[in-house]
Amino acid sequence: MSVLAPNVTPATKLIVRELCIYYGEKKGVGPVTMDIAEKHVTAFIGPSGCGKSTYLRALNRMNELIPGCRMTGEVKLDGDAIYGAGVDPVTVRRRIGMVFQRSNPFPKSIAENVAYGLRIGGLKEEREISMRVERALQQAALWEEVKDRLNDNALGLSGGQQQRLCIARALAVEPEVLLMDEPASALDPIATAHIEELINEISADYTVVIVTHNMQQAARVADYTAFFYMGELVEFDRTDVLFTKPSNQRTEDYITGRFG
Amino acid sequence: MSATAQAASRRNTSAQRVFVRTVGNRLGDASMAISSGLAAVVVLAILGVILVDIVHNGVHHLSIAFLTEAPREGMTAGGIFPAIVGMVEMVFLMTLAGVPVGVATAIYLHEYAPAHSRLTRLIRIAVANLAGVPSIVFGLFGLGFFVQFLGAGIDKVFFGGQKVYGQPALLWAALTMAVLTLPVVIVATEEALRAVPRELREASLALGATKLQTVLHVVVPQASAGILTGMILAVSRGAGEVAPILFTGAAYFLPRLPKGLSSQFMSPSYHVYVLATQSPDVDATKPILYSTVLVLLALTFVLNIAAIVVRARVRRQSSLAH
Repeated sequence: MSVLAPNVTPATKLIVRELCIYYGEKKGVGPVTMDIAEKHVTAFIGPSGCGKSTYLRALNRMNELIPGCRMTGEVKLDGDAIYGAGVDPVTVRRRIGMVFQRSNPFPKSIAENVAYGLRIGGLKEEREISMRVERALQQAALWEEVKDRLNDNALGLSGGQQQRLCIARALAVEPEVLLMDEPASALDPIATAHIEELINEISADYTVVIVTHNMQQAARVADYTAFFYMGELVEFDRTDVLFTKPSNQRTEDYITGRFG
Repeated sequence: MSATAQAASRRNTSAQRVFVRTVGNRLGDASMAISSGLAAVVVLAILGVILVDIVHNGVHHLSIAFLTEAPREGMTAGGIFPAIVGMVEMVFLMTLAGVPVGVATAIYLHEYAPAHSRLTRLIRIAVANLAGVPSIVFGLFGLGFFVQFLGAGIDKVFFGGQKVYGQPALLWAALTMAVLTLPVVIVATEEALRAVPRELREASLALGATKLQTVLHVVVPQASAGILTGMILAVSRGAGEVAPILFTGAAYFLPRLPKGLSSQFMSPSYHVYVLATQSPDVDATKPILYSTVLVLLALTFVLNIAAIVVRARVRRQSSLAH
């Protein structure tokens, strides 16, 4: 399989080489080779079941929670092999955060949701915690809506607010990379617009990788886009190139709506 | 044609052929409804008869004095105060000893043990079998292991052979009952852990939490109401059982309340047995017996209802989380 490496001018944050993911004996994804640009947005698109979410979860070692799932190949974050011998997945996940498809706030207060990652990371100073909670909520464009009810239960928020809370929670621990698995697929158009705007803003400081089944969304938010099909990386390029001059016939068929 | 399309067309033709219910169908339905309904009525009736009989006969003798006085005159007068105190103490100790072990076992089984390993299967089978052991066997086990082995051992080492713990005692009865109620706690806790959404675990792990932190700060708090349900059910079971405490600590009659862990104690369940079989004057004892049973039933009912309420609240909460 040929992979057209994009003409990467920005620094590379994540290097993926020949990554294959297996469920039992069956190969689910791969081999994938790509460079993910620092402080840019990279989108993975493709039809359902093409392996884009599985691949995303491999980037912060969430797949190993699934029994029978194993991996070959290499993923490096700033040169550090995240699947290296003796690497603790916990330390990987501290540097590579994740936002999930379904918002999953803890049944705790809004403030405690955001503070969770800080507390388990060993931060004890309450003033520092509340300062960082506020900053994360502001980054996630949620502060104005919740600042008067930080102690209310997070489950009382709307779906869009819950998802932004999850983003705030992930940002609070200041990861270097933020993985987002279809973060807006369960939201209405207005809440989706909020999230997309947010992705644009945080990509100034964070490397963002987003899985989406919505091609328009990829076109709107992503600097780079990868098209996956049946577990294979078909094409990876700058978003404008991929959507206007795809070099692969399958990519063109997909983005013009001939299948998927 | 796909399998579903075939099934659909088969359904269509049969619907055209038999559009009306046949007499046979209707009779079958009616007879099943009636016979299964009758079975349900029998169950309700049994409970009804028990309740009516006990409330009717037991309520007269029930009074504040009955609940706060000791039995007198060979149990033909007085109340059941020492039995209530004894049961509360025994159940408290039982919970203290059994619940942590049961909860820890469930956490191991559900969170740490490899899902399909031989050891995990063995533990599960052991728990299921423990639940099926007749309670009198637990009583004998308590006598043999706790009283005669552990208790006598403690006496030999710490009390120079003097009989202190080497006899039936509150402590041994509570431990025996804790073993008996372990499966209840384990099963309820595992069910509660299973109900914790995977999304919450992933949220915690994705924030860089260790497995231990995830279990302690997310999984167990989320499961706490379910764990509480198991605890209440264990208490309710422990309050009603007689056989496990028969040889391990329950006393026929005690003029005083238990002084410590090595004292014997009275229990309403055993007291019912004593009143029913050992009374010198059956007629004088009868109202006392009824009232004791009423108290015992009321206690168990209250505990079971509490468990149901807690469980319903858990279900509501976890459905809210989705």
